[in-house]
Amino acid sequence: MVPLDWYLMLGSIVFCIGMIGFMIRRNIIMMFLSVELMLNGVNISLVAFSHYLQDLRGQILVFFIIAVAASEAAIGLAIVILITRNKNTIFIDEINELRG
Amino acid sequence: MTRFLYILIPLLPLCSFVITLLLGKRYFKRQAHLIPIIAVLSSWVLSIMALSSVISGNTFNEDIYTWITSGSFNVTVGFLVDQLTVVMLIVVTTVSLLVHIYSIGYMHGEGGYPRFFAYLSLFTFSMLMLVMANNFMQLYFGWEAVGLSSYLLIGFWYEKQSAADAGKKAFVVNRFGDFGFGLGVIMIFIYLGSLHYDTVFSTISTLQGHTVHLLGYDVDLITLIALLLFCGAVGKSAQIPLHVWLPDAMEGPTPVSALIHAATMVTAGVFMVARTHDIFNLSQTAMNVVAITGGVTAIFAATIALVQNDIKRVVAYSTVSQLGYMFMACGVGAYAAGIFHLYTHAFFKALLFLCAGSVMHAMQGELDMQKMGGLKKYMPITYWTMLIASLSISGIPGLAGFFSKDEILWKAFSAGTATGKFVWFLGTLAALLTAFYSFRLIFVTFHGEFRGTHEQKHHLHESPSAMTIPLLILCVGAVASGWVGVPSILGGHDGFARYMSPVIAQAEENAEAGNEVEMAVMALSIIIGLVGIFAAYIMYMKKKELPDRLAQMFPNVYRILFNKYYVDEFYDAVIVRPVKAIARGFINEFTDRGVIEGIVNGIPALINDFASRLSKIQSGVLTHYSMIMAVGFVVIAVIVLLK
Repeated sequence: MVPLDWYLMLGSIVFCIGMIGFMIRRNIIMMFLSVELMLNGVNISLVAFSHYLQDLRGQILVFFIIAVAASEAAIGLAIVILITRNKNTIFIDEINELRG
Repeated sequence: MTRFLYILIPLLPLCSFVITLLLGKRYFKRQAHLIPIIAVLSSWVLSIMALSSVISGNTFNEDIYTWITSGSFNVTVGFLVDQLTVVMLIVVTTVSLLVHIYSIGYMHGEGGYPRFFAYLSLFTFSMLMLVMANNFMQLYFGWEAVGLSSYLLIGFWYEKQSAADAGKKAFVVNRFGDFGFGLGVIMIFIYLGSLHYDTVFSTISTLQGHTVHLLGYDVDLITLIALLLFCGAVGKSAQIPLHVWLPDAMEGPTPVSALIHAATMVTAGVFMVARTHDIFNLSQTAMNVVAITGGVTAIFAATIALVQNDIKRVVAYSTVSQLGYMFMACGVGAYAAGIFHLYTHAFFKALLFLCAGSVMHAMQGELDMQKMGGLKKYMPITYWTMLIASLSISGIPGLAGFFSKDEILWKAFSAGTATGKFVWFLGTLAALLTAFYSFRLIFVTFHGEFRGTHEQKHHLHESPSAMTIPLLILCVGAVASGWVGVPSILGGHDGFARYMSPVIAQAEENAEAGNEVEMAVMALSIIIGLVGIFAAYIMYMKKKELPDRLAQMFPNVYRILFNKYYVDEFYDAVIVRPVKAIARGFINEFTDRGVIEGIVNGIPALINDFASRLSKIQSGVLTHYSMIMAVGFVVIAVIVLLK
């Protein structure tokens, strides 16, 4: 049987890949994907704990996260399309409307 | 008379003020005088009713409404209607009513016609509140409110710089007096714990012998309170040294001069001293100050009036001088005589002013007597009424001014004190000057040849009946108002003093002064009045070169009198200029621009600066934000792990 540590390591690796990807990518779509990766990294560790503790509440939470992530993706992509149409670009460093 | 009717006396002018001010311009326009006249007419009728009720022995003294309650400080709005108040009510409402009617003619076609009548109503309300008060706070309220309406009416033609300045001057000079008055009221409250007339007058004697430490001296408390109250009277009634505002107040419309600056408001000081006579009677020092201030002012103002050429200013200085008489009477304890003179003076002085206004009306606003002359045949009603007013003020037997002035001089003479004799001397001398300058005005204005321009001559006409009817009514007052106080020596009953006796005990006459002495004093003042008139006749009718010769013979005297003893210049140098210099140099430059603007502009500038630095963090680059978040997350994680 695979020990808990391995699941947690996998989860944190996926999370870190997502985080680094979010930080270094310029393309909004890729950043979006990175956010999804981060969420999934968390999901892995939640499922692992759930199994380890024999408690289903962790997995229920995962379902919620997946549902929220799906709707977030729908809205997020709509925003991305609008930004792209308005700004004619998909690169985040060219969009700095909120600069102080 | 019921309580409600007493409340209505001041309430009606107040309502008329509000209605006329708010709706006058839009809805009444040229008819704006209607509501104010109806209101003041009703007040007048109610005052007559109050008079008859008081004469039959029913005085009224009730609190109507609690105004302020704070701990032991309790102020009510209440009315006290006794013999003294009723005299003032009659004077105020009668003169106010006649001036309202006169203004229909005088202010006809003037811009701001509704505003004028609204202010007149405000004044009437304030003055009625002042005289009907039954406590010091309400007295003070009325006191300041009449000051306000006086300011508004002096500056009625506010586009004219001199009128705006005169209004400001009146207000500021009055501040000096009112400051003292306010302190006096505060001291009364501190030491007696109440502002109600009843309580104050019945307990004031308990303060006898108390002293307060002031500037290193022990001052008698009652003297201090009395003198502080008198400060207010000096300001309001234009006595030395605060008389300077009254002649300038002539910049206002003439009906205003007649109502406020001759008959009613300026007499508020005399009324107040008479009302608080219980306080003044306890301090001989204060009484002497009052008497001497009055006497000196009487003669001082009369000498200035001798040489002025502005018709309204002559009458204004005459007012200052007559107010001096009233204070003189109060100062020797003859309050009833002072109030008697106040009452007769209101008629003949209002008449003099309204006649002067009528002359100005005919002369198209000309004020210089040197440019008039010979107006007698053009405006007979004005001439005859003004002549009667002048005879009255000069103390010709049978007319109002004779009885009251003589009463004052006799009371001063018979007071049996050195001060009394001194002010009697001043008063008699002032009577001579009064007769002289009054008839100088008559002769220069109405007799001789017309000296104005051709156009003015073409325009000369008698004033409309709205103006002449008030003149005629006031003329009846100037003749007959003194008949209520015919002294017993002339076969009268001394009615006025007797009528006042429930409020003001009569001053004790010196026992040794008998009827012969009283006759002699009276004869002297009659002779002196006639001498004054005769001197004016000689100088301005017979030998017309005499005034100029005299002026050349005594150039210094003439210059000092013509420039009103340089009092204005003195105040300008000693007070106005230094204050302005401080205002400009210190207040404006340092306090205002340096400190206040420094704080007001400095704090926002500081915040602005800080905010603009802070906003640099908001780079707009998403990567930076995520980086900061990640770093923050790592830092937190490290802290948690190492713990």
